[in-house]
Amino acid sequence: MQFMLLFSRQGKLRLQKWYVPLSDKEKKKITRELVQTVLARKPKMCSFLEWRDLKIVYKRYASLYFCCAIEDQDNELITLEIIHRYVELLDKYFGSVCELDIIFNFEKAYFILDEFLLGGEAQETSKKNVLKAIEQADLLQENQSEDWGGLAAEEVL
Amino acid sequence: MSPSVRLQEMIRVIRSARTQCEERGVIQRECAAIRAQFRQADNVGRSHNLAKLLYVHMLGYPAHFGQMECVRLIASPRYSEKRVGYLGAMMLLDEKQDASLLITNSIKNDLSHSNQYVQSLALCTLACMGSAEMCRDLAPEIDRLLRTSNSYIKKKAALCAVHIVRKVPELGELFTTAAHSLLSEKNHGVLHGAVVLITELCEQNPESLAQFRKVVPELVHIMKGLVMSGYSPEHNVAGISDPFLQVRILRLLRILGRNNDTASDAMNDLLAQVATNTDSSKTAGSAVLYETVLTIMDIKFHVTHYFFPLVLSFIFGFNSCVVLFIRRSYISMMSLQKIVQTDHNAVQRHRGTIVDCLKDPDASVKRRALELSLALVSAVNIRSMMKELLLFLSSCPPELRAQAASGIFSAAERYAPSQRWHIDTILHVLTTAGADVRDETVPNLIQLITTANELHSYTVHKLYRALVADISQQSLVQVACWCVGEYGDLLLRAECDDTEPVQVTEDDVLDALETVLQSHMSSPATRGFALTATMKLSTRITHNVDRIRSIVSIYGSCIDLELQQRAVEYNALFKKYDHMRAAVLERMPVIDKTSPGHSKGEMTAGPVQERDQTQKQPAVETVSQESTNQVRV
Repeated sequence: MQFMLLFSRQGKLRLQKWYVPLSDKEKKKITRELVQTVLARKPKMCSFLEWRDLKIVYKRYASLYFCCAIEDQDNELITLEIIHRYVELLDKYFGSVCELDIIFNFEKAYFILDEFLLGGEAQETSKKNVLKAIEQADLLQENQSEDWGGLAAEEVL
Repeated sequence: MSPSVRLQEMIRVIRSARTQCEERGVIQRECAAIRAQFRQADNVGRSHNLAKLLYVHMLGYPAHFGQMECVRLIASPRYSEKRVGYLGAMMLLDEKQDASLLITNSIKNDLSHSNQYVQSLALCTLACMGSAEMCRDLAPEIDRLLRTSNSYIKKKAALCAVHIVRKVPELGELFTTAAHSLLSEKNHGVLHGAVVLITELCEQNPESLAQFRKVVPELVHIMKGLVMSGYSPEHNVAGISDPFLQVRILRLLRILGRNNDTASDAMNDLLAQVATNTDSSKTAGSAVLYETVLTIMDIKFHVTHYFFPLVLSFIFGFNSCVVLFIRRSYISMMSLQKIVQTDHNAVQRHRGTIVDCLKDPDASVKRRALELSLALVSAVNIRSMMKELLLFLSSCPPELRAQAASGIFSAAERYAPSQRWHIDTILHVLTTAGADVRDETVPNLIQLITTANELHSYTVHKLYRALVADISQQSLVQVACWCVGEYGDLLLRAECDDTEPVQVTEDDVLDALETVLQSHMSSPATRGFALTATMKLSTRITHNVDRIRSIVSIYGSCIDLELQQRAVEYNALFKKYDHMRAAVLERMPVIDKTSPGHSKGEMTAGPVQERDQTQKQPAVETVSQESTNQVRV
């Protein structure tokens, strides 16, 4: 995966994860064009389109568009499943997730994504394990003091 | 969660701004405050300030002044600060920034941190934005982590290694052994990472590819386990056990089995098993089946043959998603055609899907459906397919017209069931998309018409009707003029077996040609056709030769040089060379496609060329010289 974008129906960006090195200017240009392209699609059109030399896989969940750019050799259908899995993770974490959750807790959305995908590939295929890891990391954040002593490295998974 | 309130409060304030201007004002104030805070050595709230900045950055505002803060936070001993620091690094720093080098040391330290969640942050960041230099620096660390017993870390290290190999392919050698041993893990996350890593190693290095072929049995074994295992709650998605892993394994098998009989033999049974046991009613199953079919299509042909029904039902069961299949660069139209030739009924069975795709509102789908339709045309289905293709041509997006017209012509040429059908088809295309056809179409059609002896009357009738209806499509008008000039006598005789004859007078025919001559829509080449056609009629009509004479003499002073020259020569044919006129303008012989003047849109006037050898009259020589330069008769 080269990048993932989440945006609202009005075209406002809610999350952007880039797995390829691009300048800020290039990222903005790509985002603008792609958002426009996807928003122009009619509801009945299929979830895949060709854009520049990439394949775009997108799906709308409530008021948010989840949009991934993958390469030629990647499987579009499994990318749809990846998007769906990410939505399920968000849903489980926030409890019936909605766009506002992602707006006001965007860092959490990123942390969850980073526990599911790494370098653009799925790192953990078990939903349960991803959620457990997030839980543990959140706990670490809350309970931590300067002293690391009380928290030995343990294999949670 | 109280420390986040300040961040959320800021977000709320920004969102409540009613205008862009107001928003900018709020953000400017906030950024100023954040900048001031960064300058302080303040320990409390540092991560929240950076988080605020990251939010502002996502709205599109500049945030580069936060880069050093990221570096500082990453180096902090507190997890909360590291977490936001690394997030900031991934959002604000990329390998092109100098600041990114500053975090290499922190990453190195954190990779060996005692807490796995800190290690995780470092791994994630390295895999996301590690530069080639950072990768070289830290590769040995990653290799070490690939050998730990901690699955949580191992799976991340594997994907980190993937990133490293992409950035610095030579480092692939370093990870080969570890990658292999990871395949014996039970943990799905680790297995998935291992398969992705091995795939990357094989794609980067043909030697690695050869080496890794020996793991095919292992991969087959893992796949079988996934496919035949019972319900596994942890990994189940819509009845499929870990579709993510299955898809990656199938993709790796494809790479390993390509052009290698031993490897592909070893996976035949598995592919059959996956194909039969995978329920494709939901996306998860379809994803697996899709990857399976791609693998099948890529290995030996005689094995592929066995899977044809599956492949076809998969492709066509997908409606607009059939485009996915066609898009793969290595699934050529050739393989599809092979299938079609062995199973003629296949296309008939699935025609509905293809036709639906041709009508899909999505331009990409249309384009792929067009390619697919053209690839699937055969002698058996040419009539019905052509109907759909012509329908498509009349309403397709402009950017596809040229491709469609060209494809239709090729298909018509290969499989035309009759000459009449062939001519009709070409005429239909010229009427619908005349502006988008290639230049050779006109001489090609003319050549075709001359060979269809019994159809001359039919053709001239059809073309005359087209000419009278519309003179905007240049290629059509050119062919029509040529036909009317050549076979005008048949038109006037009003005999035709295949179509209703027109009741037309000589004046009507001359009117039609003159309209073309005078119309501003006609290109110079078209007018040339019309003038020559008019001239030819002088030997085919009886009453209005004077009218022709006057038309020709008018154009003797035409501004267009080509027309003027022709008109002058034709005038000469009327005056000085009137005794030769009938012979010069007589019916053309059948044009041989291989004749010297036929290529690249040139055609020589046969009779005139013959004359050229015997007569040395300057006018005739000029005429024959002219005719070698352009399409004209």
